[in-house]
Amino acid sequence: MNWDWQVFCKDTIDGEIVPRCFGGPGDLTYLDWLLSAWGWTLSVSLLALLVALVFGSVMGILRTTPHRGLVFLGNAWTEFFRNIPLLVQIFLWYHVVPALILPLRDVPSFLLVVMGLGLFTSARISEQVRAGIQSLPRGQRMAGLALGFTLPQTYRHVLLPMAFRIVIPPLTSESMNIVKNSAVAFAVSISELTLFALQAQEETARGIEIYLAVTGLYFLSAFALNRVFHFVEQRVRVPGMIGGGQ
Amino acid sequence: MPMIEMKNVSKWYGAFQVLADCSTQVEKGEVIVVCGPSGSGKSTLIKCVNGLEPFQQGEVRVNGISVGDPKTDLPKLRAHVGMVFQHFELFPHMSITENLVIAQIKVLGRGKDEARERGLKLLDRVGLRAQADKFPGQLSGGQQQRVAIARALAMDPICMLFDEPTSALDPEMINEVLDVMVELAQEGMTMMVVTHEMGFARKVAHRVVFMDQGRIVEDDLKDAFFGSPRSERAQQFLSKILHH
Repeated sequence: MNWDWQVFCKDTIDGEIVPRCFGGPGDLTYLDWLLSAWGWTLSVSLLALLVALVFGSVMGILRTTPHRGLVFLGNAWTEFFRNIPLLVQIFLWYHVVPALILPLRDVPSFLLVVMGLGLFTSARISEQVRAGIQSLPRGQRMAGLALGFTLPQTYRHVLLPMAFRIVIPPLTSESMNIVKNSAVAFAVSISELTLFALQAQEETARGIEIYLAVTGLYFLSAFALNRVFHFVEQRVRVPGMIGGGQ
Repeated sequence: MPMIEMKNVSKWYGAFQVLADCSTQVEKGEVIVVCGPSGSGKSTLIKCVNGLEPFQQGEVRVNGISVGDPKTDLPKLRAHVGMVFQHFELFPHMSITENLVIAQIKVLGRGKDEARERGLKLLDRVGLRAQADKFPGQLSGGQQQRVAIARALAMDPICMLFDEPTSALDPEMINEVLDVMVELAQEGMTMMVVTHEMGFARKVAHRVVFMDQGRIVEDDLKDAFFGSPRSERAQQFLSKILHH
């Protein structure tokens, strides 16, 4: 078959091949567009990851407290966000939420997608954080309290440092999932990689090259996150524990 | 005023009664040993003393302060009641020194240097000064338990609770922990000890409490307990564990 990788050097308006493959101001090549789409994918993913980690951790922690009301809140949150399909949640944020909460009408759809993807993933992270805390020996909480720590201090100094170490592997998978799931953002017209692929292959009829490039960038992004988490995992290893080295 | 006073304490898990009408007390400087078959409520009883286990009826007072009173500042009370657990419960992500200083700094508000000095002094006392920079996972069970005792002592406790401190240890490590406890007892520390180590009880206990099925069946002076326990259940228990 014939490869035509020069497709990325073409101008998006007149289809002429641009020398050095990068266009000037107001004059984009497909390579420019691809990189900008990659930027949107990364922005959606990283911001959604931040939202997911914050809400997921808080909700996961609440579910392990001795207070029934807080446990209920955490459980309800988790069940709500994990029992509705991701794509439907994105549409809810895009179409329904701004209709119900009027001030949200002026919020860019980019941020609505970040919230949708972030909160969807927060339910999964909440499960992992809860499981991590509950996997610790019951005596650890008691030992913290017996030393005179308040409950928040016990979480801060005793339970969470170990629980988060334990859940780094599932959190790695979850953060990689966010990159892959960010593809749903195309459904609400965020100009990210998947939307780029759909439109660019339509315009150039070079679907294979376009999809291979997009595939490579998704892989690269998810794998880079994987390496970051792996690095963190190594850094926080506890000497004398399983897998702790030394 | 006794250091620890329990009056008619009862506790249920659902319909199951784990503690039934338990009353006892520990005077200042006194060492009492709590023993009994497994499932008799010993561990639950000792955890009621610092409010780690809530109870539905009765009253527990430590140094005059009611543990069950919702108005009591439990963290403040617990900060001065040392507790040692069966499974040590050192914090695995902290070095031995950090384990010893963290609560002194965060709970008692001591300065870093002061806390470190106090911690290392106690570490020295339990014979583990050389392990200060290691992590709990790098120590043997007996060493970990000695660190746990030092950690509790670093808070300058008014009394110490031991919940089966040697039950999870290899036989050859039991004595190194008991030696530290005997020394503490001889210095006049008020201690409540759940244990099956009758040698320890004979050596330093003033009184022995025997529990069965959530009840305190015997509460005797040591000599009376080992001489002629009145209940058949206690006699049975003793004959079983003392033969070896």
